[in-house]
Amino acid sequence: MSGMSLVVKVVTRITAAIIFLFGCYVSLTGQLALGGGFAGGIIIAVGYILYVLAYGKSEAEIKTSKEGAVVMMCLGMILFLMLALLGFIGGSFFNNFLPKGQAGEIWSAGSIPLCNLAIMLEVGAGLYLVFLNLITFNVTVREEEE
Amino acid sequence: MFLLYLFLLFILIGALIAVEIHNLLSSVIAVGTIGLGLCIVFLLLGAPDLAITQLVVEILVLIILIRATLASSLPDTYKGREFLAYAITLLFILFFGGFAFYAFKSLPPFGEPMMQLANRYIYEGWQKTGATNLVAGVMLDFRSLDMLGAATVLFAAIVGTLVILRKKGRKEVNERDESGS
Repeated sequence: MSGMSLVVKVVTRITAAIIFLFGCYVSLTGQLALGGGFAGGIIIAVGYILYVLAYGKSEAEIKTSKEGAVVMMCLGMILFLMLALLGFIGGSFFNNFLPKGQAGEIWSAGSIPLCNLAIMLEVGAGLYLVFLNLITFNVTVREEEE
Repeated sequence: MFLLYLFLLFILIGALIAVEIHNLLSSVIAVGTIGLGLCIVFLLLGAPDLAITQLVVEILVLIILIRATLASSLPDTYKGREFLAYAITLLFILFFGGFAFYAFKSLPPFGEPMMQLANRYIYEGWQKTGATNLVAGVMLDFRSLDMLGAATVLFAAIVGTLVILRKKGRKEVNERDESGS
């Protein structure tokens, strides 16, 4: 049985969902209040890392594989670049081409929420990948030494 | 203002301990105290946006550093020629200290005269971007090229770690390098 004890696993199962929810909230309301894509993405990455630490690497990879995380990271980066290029509709690179809307509502500020979403995908998946890679690298080094 | 200087002193002491202590794990934990102190300094200066980001980044970096420290066995630090190293360090500290002294004298006082561009951002920013969070408005609308640069740097760094720490393609112990490939 890999991972930590049963108590840690049960508590992680409850708290990890709340951490994901908080990360999504922080990044999707970045145009209204504190936060943004970067902070929200890192909160989501911390949630995944908590899951890996509690359940062990093999069981956590069933939920999110490394390949899936790579796809998410590249998707975020491409989405951000696409938003930058779509700014040419409004005239220039990175122009805020969507309608501004009423300030203070959730669908306001044009393309800023979409940019936040793209950065959340890239940062969250990327930092999770760094942690996953460090763990797997240690495992392979130990196997070679034995 | 007294609290601010207290936390700055706290950060300085943490940095000194992190550099001077011999145990690697204790050094990593001292680095953690620097980041958390910096988080509180951001809060005191009225930048809660930065404080949130600093806090979560610090926690993540601390986890990664501890995970990397526990499994690594670094060799002892380089010894010898200490006099030369100390002399060069002292020389550079004096040089940059003197430079900073003259540079800081010509700066405007803390937050005093607002620049014309910053003025426009602050008073017209929410009308032009529609974002009530001014930081997001500046970061992703006025200055989004900076954000693109930051995202690209992060992307490149993560791809670099993926390449260095990959499992496939690692050579056998006795295998020699192939020339020309």
